[in-house]
Amino acid sequence: MSPGDSDSPYNFAYLDEDTKRMIRRAILKGVAVPGYQVPFASREMPMPYGWGTGGVQVTAACLVPEDRLKVIDQGADDTTNAVSIRKFFERTAGIATTETTTEASLIQTRHRIPETPLTEDQILVYQVPIPEPLRFLEPRETETRKMHALEDYGLMHVKLYEDIARHGAIATSYAYPVRVGDRYVMDPSPIPKFDNPKLSDNAALQLFGAGREQRIYALPPYTKVVSLDFEDHPFQATKAEHDCDLCGASDSYLDEVILDDRGGRMFVCSDTDFCTRRRAAGHVGCLGEPA
Amino acid sequence: MSPARNLAEPAAPARPLLSVAGLGKSYGGRIGCADVSFDLWPGEVLGIVGESGSGKSTLLGCLAGQLAPDRGQVIFDTAEGPQDTLTMSEPQRRRLMRGDWAFVHQNPRDGLRMGVSASGNVGERLMAVGARHYGDIRAEAADWLGRVEIAADRIDDRPRQFSGGMQQRLQIARNLVTNPRLVFMDEPTGGLDVSVQARLLDLLRGLVRQMGLSAIIVTHDLAVVRLLADRLMVMKDGRVIEQGLTDQVLDDPQAAYTQLLVSSVLQV
Ligand SMILES: Nc1ncnc2c1ncn2[C@@H]1O[C@H](COP(=O)(O)OP(=O)(O)OP(=O)(O)O)[C@@H](O)[C@H]1O
Ligand SMILES: [Mg+2]
Repeated sequence: MSPGDSDSPYNFAYLDEDTKRMIRRAILKGVAVPGYQVPFASREMPMPYGWGTGGVQVTAACLVPEDRLKVIDQGADDTTNAVSIRKFFERTAGIATTETTTEASLIQTRHRIPETPLTEDQILVYQVPIPEPLRFLEPRETETRKMHALEDYGLMHVKLYEDIARHGAIATSYAYPVRVGDRYVMDPSPIPKFDNPKLSDNAALQLFGAGREQRIYALPPYTKVVSLDFEDHPFQATKAEHDCDLCGASDSYLDEVILDDRGGRMFVCSDTDFCTRRRAAGHVGCLGEPA
Repeated sequence: MSPARNLAEPAAPARPLLSVAGLGKSYGGRIGCADVSFDLWPGEVLGIVGESGSGKSTLLGCLAGQLAPDRGQVIFDTAEGPQDTLTMSEPQRRRLMRGDWAFVHQNPRDGLRMGVSASGNVGERLMAVGARHYGDIRAEAADWLGRVEIAADRIDDRPRQFSGGMQQRLQIARNLVTNPRLVFMDEPTGGLDVSVQARLLDLLRGLVRQMGLSAIIVTHDLAVVRLLADRLMVMKDGRVIEQGLTDQVLDDPQAAYTQLLVSSVLQV
């Protein structure tokens, strides 16, 4: 069975063409107004909310048969969520997949940006749980929409102020708010703030899909994205102060892995493809073995 | 205002800060307020009194851009000259509300962010107009909390942990921190017990004097206007039935209703 054939039970990439067209219109609007949350009529997908239904719909609307898809969850290609989304598109679109960042034409991600720099030929699709960066302090949607329209963003800094007052530093380490193209304040989805600098001036098209909240937003290639901060508490892209124990990388985002119940632990690249390729190229960390 | 300052500023203000003409608003068939006209001059405090339901809050809401009136003009002397705040664009009006104007609500819950620390509440208006230096914002907030007699060790507490009187003082600090040119207050002492009211009034009077504030204060309480207001407007059934200098109106009320109001309060 090949998806898209008249005898296939699915249309190419699961969604019907009218729905894809509707989603593409929202994407185009998002690209035209970087950082602006475009409402769209999110469809029921054969997976629960929280599993990336927004990202999956954006991916479905972007895929063409020639695409090669990579799916990562917290940087890893082999977690349940990433595997099931990859399988979903293998079955419903019959497209090729890959775990190699440089080979992928479209990458769907949950909570990370790949370490390997992206190119103009690539699209990065983010799964977004809560698209509204102002919600924490202003729950009324009517009000947040007005605040965006009027660039009334003082509240965003109140949140950072509270962080510093309470913790001595900006403690927000995920979903760190950004200002897009000197205009809209945007939630970059729960990526670690270590990844924030990669949002800016990125060669790839970046698309964000929130299924339950029915919002799509976008960063066209080479958009200026600035992390909010104070003059005397400037933004810092932090990570564990450690090198990867497997590949020795000092500049990649690390996960802490608990090894036993006696305090044994190691730090490894969260981007599994990045780490694998470094080891293949001969790099070795202090707990790693040569590949 | 001190005499020294009067000398330093020779010319009296050439035009009113706020000029209101023919203002009216109805709720369906019921009149909220009607035919209200007055001028407020810089440095002046105007009291609005009247019984419950006489239209005070409606009028204040229309003046402060929180309610949309059906007719009339509210001309504010902006940095770019006098402009009708009812016909200006929403972004322009919001800019006024963030900087030039302040609004103190009767219920502090309506005017505070209950989930944000006291200093964050005060800092919000500074950040809204572009302050981006944490240390400066915090110092300014701490200074203002001191001025409204909130102890330095409480500045990171949430308003929830404050008494009603403290919450109201916090709301005042939050509003005055940007040096607004016009302050609207709706029953600032309402809902507080008498001794707390007296302390708050005292504080307000000090601030009004020091800052040379221009303000419009709605209240039931004639003690409030006697202490704070230069001029007084009496409302009944949505209309202004008497206005003049505070002492004049209170000591020699003309309208029968005002006479009743004054005598009923003085008896208490
Ligand atoms: N949202 C509303 N919908 C309908 N009618 C309203 C509304 N708000 C006020 N009114 C009516 O408008 C009139 C003026 O009300 P307003 O609240 O302005 O009076 P007030 O002088 O502030 O009273 P109080 O001293 O009790 O606060 C009253 O008759 C009131 O019932
Ligand atoms: Mg009222």
